[in-house]
Amino acid sequence: MYTQGLDQKSGQEDRQPAVDSAEDLARFQARIDDEEKIEPKDWMPEAYRRTLVRQISQHAHSEIIGMQPEGNWLTRAPTLRRKSILLAKVQDEAGHGLYLYSAAETLGTSRDEMVDQLLAGTAKYSSIFNYPTLTWADIGAIGWLVDGAAIMNQIPLCRCSYGPYSRAMIRICKEESFHQRQGYEIMVELCRGSDEQKAMAQDALDRWWWPSLMMFGPNDKESVHSAQSMAWKIKRFSNDELRQKFVDVTVPQAEFIGLRVPDDDLVLDEASGHYRYGEIDWNEFIQVIKGNGRCNRERMTTRRDAHENGAWVREAAQAYAEKRAARAAA
Amino acid sequence: MSKDWPLYEVFIRAKSGLSHRHAGSVHAPDDEMALNHARDVYTRRNEGVSIWVVRSSNIIASDPEETSAFFEPAKDKIYRHPTFYEIPEGVENI
Repeated sequence: MYTQGLDQKSGQEDRQPAVDSAEDLARFQARIDDEEKIEPKDWMPEAYRRTLVRQISQHAHSEIIGMQPEGNWLTRAPTLRRKSILLAKVQDEAGHGLYLYSAAETLGTSRDEMVDQLLAGTAKYSSIFNYPTLTWADIGAIGWLVDGAAIMNQIPLCRCSYGPYSRAMIRICKEESFHQRQGYEIMVELCRGSDEQKAMAQDALDRWWWPSLMMFGPNDKESVHSAQSMAWKIKRFSNDELRQKFVDVTVPQAEFIGLRVPDDDLVLDEASGHYRYGEIDWNEFIQVIKGNGRCNRERMTTRRDAHENGAWVREAAQAYAEKRAARAAA
Repeated sequence: MSKDWPLYEVFIRAKSGLSHRHAGSVHAPDDEMALNHARDVYTRRNEGVSIWVVRSSNIIASDPEETSAFFEPAKDKIYRHPTFYEIPEGVENI
């Protein structure tokens, strides 16, 4: 999902010896098992803190980078109504990034550090944002599929054991349902339109379907951090469980507007009520995570440019604050 | 050392009649910008009619490690609750 980089094996940090005493760990786990929320100043195992910092900051970075694919269509939205909606959605993504950075900061990391990691390219963000938005229908497909997948993942995060993360997710989920609905509405409208418009919608679904399934991260048997995150109740459902839920709710939505999900193996298993879907191209997923997706370099360049080009604004705000403080003191 | 602007905690009154409630935090170079940022980040859907921002460093918080000792004085005073008292069956409006 927005934090799928967590499922990859990572560097040094995980190999540090645990310094927490068995007694403290047991007391902590008991609180978790009782569904108590953990708050910023409470004692927590170092590994719990590190996992959360990584997960929440990756999630925040994804929101920030996630503004770019849609931002690409702000000036070319087909009507003023669509433009206002898209602008509001992109602003929401910025807001969501900020809620999440705040939540991560309660764990003792600084905003500065997180932003530096993103700009240096050492932090991960969701693979989905490294795909290009080629047509207006992509904006529909992103809202419908990408935000749909995000919601599927984020609703259980509202019950995450860490209080500030859980509260940020509640706020985000409330705002995100509009994102998905506006996307589906775009698809509905295209599908009711001319043959060319319908073909455009189909093409967008063809290109976004598989990357959307990859958003849930590797298969459960490949997912390296999942078991511990489940025990700590950071994560409530496995990657495959969430992916299955997403497929089950999304396929009928595609059928409703007469679009075909691009999967020859897709079949409804009557007995279980679940759709069986084809094999995901994990090689593509790994390549995108590693930085070799179609837009990885462009996304990072745009982010760095935005940061550098905004430096004078931050400096001016700082200078103004200092001038006023000096006057007030005089 | 972090180059971050100071952190402010944001409290929002959803509508008059309700108290301000913690919503999250923002970084800002001064108080006025903190208010503007808080508005932009936390009230994009009319979630508030009033905002307080306060520098996080100005908040004095109780220590979670000391929670039980700190709140202990109230623990054994169950007679502060109405359910502590026995009222005979049949007595009404009390």
